[in-house]
Amino acid sequence: MRKNNEPILEAKDLTKIYSSGIINKEYTVAVNNASFELYPGKVTSLVGESGSGKTTIGRLILKLTEPNSGKILFKEEDITDIEGRSSKKDYYRQIQGVFQDPFSSFNPLFKINRVFDMVFREFELEAENKEELISQSLQEVNLNPERILDKYPHQLSGGQLQRLLIARALLLDVDILVADEIISMLDASTRMGVLNLLVDICRDKGLAVLFITHDLNLGYYLSDDTLILHEGNLVERGATTKVYENPRHPYTQMLFESVPDIEEKWDRSEEFIPEQITEVVEEFYQNNREEGYKEVEENHYVLMSLPDNIG
Amino acid sequence: MEDSEAVLEISDLKTYYRVMKGDVKAVDGLNFTIKRREILGVVGESGCGKSTLAYSLISLDKPLQHISGEARLLGQDLMQLSKKEKRKLKLKNISIIPQYALDAFSPTKKIKTFIKDLVKQHGRRADRDFMNKVKERFQIVNLSTSVLNRYAMELSGGMKQRVVMLISSMLNPDLLIADEITSALDVTSQRYVTTLLADLRDEGIIGSAIFISHDLATLYQIADRILVMYAGRLAELGGADEIVHNPRHPYSRALISSLPRVGIQHKDRRLTGIKGTPPDLTDIEEGCRFRFRCQHRTSECDASPEMDQIQQRHYIRCWNYKSLGSDQNA
Repeated sequence: MRKNNEPILEAKDLTKIYSSGIINKEYTVAVNNASFELYPGKVTSLVGESGSGKTTIGRLILKLTEPNSGKILFKEEDITDIEGRSSKKDYYRQIQGVFQDPFSSFNPLFKINRVFDMVFREFELEAENKEELISQSLQEVNLNPERILDKYPHQLSGGQLQRLLIARALLLDVDILVADEIISMLDASTRMGVLNLLVDICRDKGLAVLFITHDLNLGYYLSDDTLILHEGNLVERGATTKVYENPRHPYTQMLFESVPDIEEKWDRSEEFIPEQITEVVEEFYQNNREEGYKEVEENHYVLMSLPDNIG
Repeated sequence: MEDSEAVLEISDLKTYYRVMKGDVKAVDGLNFTIKRREILGVVGESGCGKSTLAYSLISLDKPLQHISGEARLLGQDLMQLSKKEKRKLKLKNISIIPQYALDAFSPTKKIKTFIKDLVKQHGRRADRDFMNKVKERFQIVNLSTSVLNRYAMELSGGMKQRVVMLISSMLNPDLLIADEITSALDVTSQRYVTTLLADLRDEGIIGSAIFISHDLATLYQIADRILVMYAGRLAELGGADEIVHNPRHPYSRALISSLPRVGIQHKDRRLTGIKGTPPDLTDIEEGCRFRFRCQHRTSECDASPEMDQIQQRHYIRCWNYKSLGSDQNA
């Protein structure tokens, strides 16, 4: 077992550029020089608004897309360039993703027991007590195997399907779980159940969780560490309580000021226009002379200027 | 018009969906009033009837049907009006920002064309005077008039929502219904759009508003009063501060105490949400509708509680609220 203070995954200067068009190519920098670590037994939340690149970061570490530059170290091994079915499969035995829409993650024609059977075949897991393992993983996500295994996906609720996806990952005994907006399609009443479950499993099994969300309140509730993403840049990162209590980047500050709170209403005399955020952020970069990240306190970093090696 | 005058009076309103399976009792006996310049926030889980309430007031289309009760807008019962008569009120007296309006923009039309087509459909002329007024309004919502010549895909969700709000409030309606206007937006745009609704009221562009949302914290920012709905009925209605800081109904209490917010971490306090799911509204039995999920259920709860007044303009439907007291931790 790895020590808790050693990262299980390190992303180093990951950059992803999407190009569109055939003759006049246009380039979009989706992720710009992102570096972060994931630790066993810890939830790291990746917070950003739409178009900030948060899903791309998830896809990069799940190897669903390749970075243009940068490295991914998994258990200290560089896996950036692994290719081929067998080595990728080996990676997927250790990392899995759960996504926003649980309904489209299942084949509507397959009963749940078939979905779970396929995990064994797909990943060539040798197990004599297959059924026992399946029922154990279902119980871990608080589902009753007898009631679930014989059902088709449409007979289950969104919350149940989302739990099933987590159970499927547990069956593989993964080290990392990437959870991308997993509750945005769930009803308020089932949300907290899925989230609490995620943290419990993370703690009990020493799983590293990357929790991708746009919801700052939930990010605070769940995570040990927080990464704030703005237009492809990780603008602030560190211990969740530090980042939330003492935000130093202008984008983070504005984001937190926009969170509705039942203790304190927004100051409506303050002029607040979303389109001005980019300007304010640019001004911040221009007005300070420091480069890269500044450690404002222990385990709390703020981006002071944009890395200028965008190709 | 006096501020104390009621813009909308809903009394014992019932509107059901008539479908093959039977009646879906989505709005089942609601009572409330909205005064001039008031913003009423409506909160509840999905399926509690909050959007049906909006449709009932705007367009009672099949399978939604009026069963009984009244909804008086400036004294006129909306339930008794013909389609044609209702149409005359739209945009001018009552208007709506529908849920998912953001996705309703035509991808092949410029914003300008879209606005013109829309007002024409409502029987208004989109002449030069009108378009000049539209341009003035663009400034109020902090958009450049150049947006008029752009296509929907060139705008962000927040910008599109502002265009929708501008159109809906174009004829200075007495009552504007905003149905989940923030749910598809980013945090920063949510704040802008919510604040804008209050600004429109402050500037006298709209009279009063019904602000429907599943997000209580957002409602609380601008609502004067909050209506908590559960399974087609009123659970509690009162001043926004009362409802949020001193809720009396077990459902309101559960809603508020299960809100995730900055300051609460999993390791310190575990939020549980509300166990169970809302009842099926097709064949609903007599009795308090929340009783199956309520921690304070007693034998009385098998009968439907009447609406009780706790204090002025603070109403509740619960048998046991008195014995629970006003202590949050009860």
